[in-house]
Amino acid sequence: MKSEVKKENSMILQKEMIEGLFNDLANAKANGRKVCYTFVPGNLSELIRTFDMLPVYPEINALQNAMRKKSAAYIKEAEKHAHSEDVCTYVKCDVGMLLKGNIGPTGQKLPEPDVLLLSYTGCFTFMKWFETLKREYPDTTVIMLHTPYQENGKMTPEMTQYMVKQFHEEVIPKMEAVSGIKFDEEKLKKHLELSKESEDWITKIFDTTKHRPSPIDAYFAGVYYIGPINIGFRGTQEAVDYYKALYAEIQERIQLGLGPVTPEGEMSEEKYRLVVEGPPNWTSFREFWKIFYDMGAVIVASSYTKVGGVYDLGWRHNPEKPLESLAEYCMNCYTNLNLPQRVDLLSKCIAEYGADGYVTNSIKSCNSFSAGQLAMMREIEDKLEVPVGFIESDLVDPRYFSYSNIKNRLESYFQMLAQRKMMKELANQPSNT
Amino acid sequence: MLDFKQLIKECKELAFDLNFTRAKRWKEEAPGRVVVGYMPVYFPREVLHAAGALPVAIFGGGDKKQVIRGDAYYQSYICHIPRSTLDIVLDGQTAHFDGYIFPSICDVIRNLSGIFKLNNIGKFIKYMDFPQNFLPEVGGVFYQQEMQHVMHYVQEINNKTVTTADLNHSIALYNKNRQLIERIYEIRQHYPWRMTIEEVYYVLRAGTVIPVEEHNQILEQVCNHIEQNIGEPQDKVKVVISGAFCEQPSIGLIKSIEEAGCYVVDDDYMLGSRMILGDISATTNSPLEAIAHAYIYQSQYSSSIYDVSNPKENRLAEIAKKRGADGVLFASASFCDPSLLDAPIFQKAFDKMGIRYIAFQFSENINQYKVIKEQVGAFSDSIKLWEDESVHIS
Repeated sequence: MKSEVKKENSMILQKEMIEGLFNDLANAKANGRKVCYTFVPGNLSELIRTFDMLPVYPEINALQNAMRKKSAAYIKEAEKHAHSEDVCTYVKCDVGMLLKGNIGPTGQKLPEPDVLLLSYTGCFTFMKWFETLKREYPDTTVIMLHTPYQENGKMTPEMTQYMVKQFHEEVIPKMEAVSGIKFDEEKLKKHLELSKESEDWITKIFDTTKHRPSPIDAYFAGVYYIGPINIGFRGTQEAVDYYKALYAEIQERIQLGLGPVTPEGEMSEEKYRLVVEGPPNWTSFREFWKIFYDMGAVIVASSYTKVGGVYDLGWRHNPEKPLESLAEYCMNCYTNLNLPQRVDLLSKCIAEYGADGYVTNSIKSCNSFSAGQLAMMREIEDKLEVPVGFIESDLVDPRYFSYSNIKNRLESYFQMLAQRKMMKELANQPSNT
Repeated sequence: MLDFKQLIKECKELAFDLNFTRAKRWKEEAPGRVVVGYMPVYFPREVLHAAGALPVAIFGGGDKKQVIRGDAYYQSYICHIPRSTLDIVLDGQTAHFDGYIFPSICDVIRNLSGIFKLNNIGKFIKYMDFPQNFLPEVGGVFYQQEMQHVMHYVQEINNKTVTTADLNHSIALYNKNRQLIERIYEIRQHYPWRMTIEEVYYVLRAGTVIPVEEHNQILEQVCNHIEQNIGEPQDKVKVVISGAFCEQPSIGLIKSIEEAGCYVVDDDYMLGSRMILGDISATTNSPLEAIAHAYIYQSQYSSSIYDVSNPKENRLAEIAKKRGADGVLFASASFCDPSLLDAPIFQKAFDKMGIRYIAFQFSENINQYKVIKEQVGAFSDSIKLWEDESVHIS
């Protein structure tokens, strides 16, 4: 691997935004800012900003700690305190970090939460996670926003109504009480207007993979692209500016006929175009990416980049119906879709982005994603006759990342893809007879 | 009337009949009857009963079913119950079921509903989203809507309109059911030798696959039997089991615990049958509202219900105290996120409260109990042999 990682301008811009957030968090208590712990899927960034609070995302801390090789120690610490080896490693990494003094990924101490805002979206573990945190922070207010699952593949008016009632009866009154700020619907609307704009941009960005070669990698680089929209910047001018800059950068790459920028450098030849299902492995993120890079594989779409919101199908925040819009946003996150919806969404990506194959990275400790992945894979293979691949790793537990196993499996998969491609090309050649 | 031994034998057969023969016969007995399978933990069976359907619990295959096809659907690190359930269903053992209900237990069971949908199993698939909001005008209303969906699905099959009287009648029958079950636990709390936990398990589990009317008769007979002064007490400690709320341990494991020196005086094996504490009003004009209120105000604690306003550790401690238990056994199914994520909460709290406990994991098809038996035996011995006085749970 190259020792120096090549960085795009947008990455530098994003780094500054995130560093700013962590600095604000480090000084929150001194500056009298209230702190809201919450999760990425179904995150209510606009509402948190309306009450002038700062967000903390425990799963983002966990993944950042993993990328900085700190997660193993935190997980062991949690396991010493009766946390099972079997369960979500994000939870254990977060609990371990808390037990070790709550020093965040940037080395600064994270402030204690004033409120735990649980917009429980497509992941039961979130619920258990905040039950655990409530015991650690007994004086903290907990707000539970129950998001109904799209069991029938649609958001019904009664589901939206249920959520709006929760906003009126639970969420907003408690946010007002914690923040000491009265709810201002006009302020929320302005944030939602900016959210809509960011969502337009990010859709356009992920749509650029239709080009050949694809100018971006929609999984490994995609996780950076979704950073601002997922972690508290959605609904701000900063996020809009970031996505505008990123889009301009990508347009330039398209005009120059360039492939994606990777930590190893620019991808020179696009051999395979893939759609990937499931979160990435964070502890060996770069090695993981390099396996694909070495094979000339570009990810043209991934389900993971939709975990904080599915915008591909045209859904946008609507400032005219602010609370309904927040409700729909929560219900419309990827893991809150039922399996047939997920299959349809991924099939659409495979078809529209001209993917050669479909790969599942099954995460040991994330049932929200993993339970059902084999059935989805079978369905996609049957429906689209696309070659499917399957690998297993974990979110932030390095004990469950086996480089050789994954490499072997992927090499076999790429051999199969190469063979299929060759056969397809032969079949398309004009006959000499 | 059957003698007690014969009754238990019949319950055992019903409980582990993975062809659900009684449900099949019931359906054939009259036209328009509907059979609906539901996954474990809680489901308001009153609603199905009132709609003219027989609710049948599917607790997986236990150690009675070899998993073959299910393994193709679930990775090795996912709990056992969904894979054996798929084997049962794909082998046609539930071919007489009309629909399936998946209560919100966890992510695995939620996504199992999706696998059923992808495979077009049954006439309807309903993921039952239990509200995690406990305001009656918010979560309570949503819950009523969810129950209405269920009734609608059944009505599409049998064309039966459910009346208030139907619902009140069903509620009354299930009230009776819960009262009789509670009576069994009350008697066993003082005289656990009159009926083993294994026998209790058969009786309760049989009730999840047969009509409630029949089950109530069985329960009455059981109560009459154990109200008599029968059996001899043994030198065992009293324990409560918690954590096995969804995937069930095999009978061998259930038996092993009592054989290892414990009387199990309370448990969450058949939690769904005991989820509502006390009666639901059976004389109202709004029976769905009554069921919803019971869910909000009278639910037992469970790993699948958000609990910060009524912490589970205090509720379990209360059960242990009420039953005069000497300790608690935490039994979690392997890879069961809800139960395993609760474990640190319970253990930390119990350390503070001075409640003795041990923890172990199982899977539904486990047939090697030696290690668990030794662990439980050591736990029981440590209380019986080396403690001068019992610990008072405050």
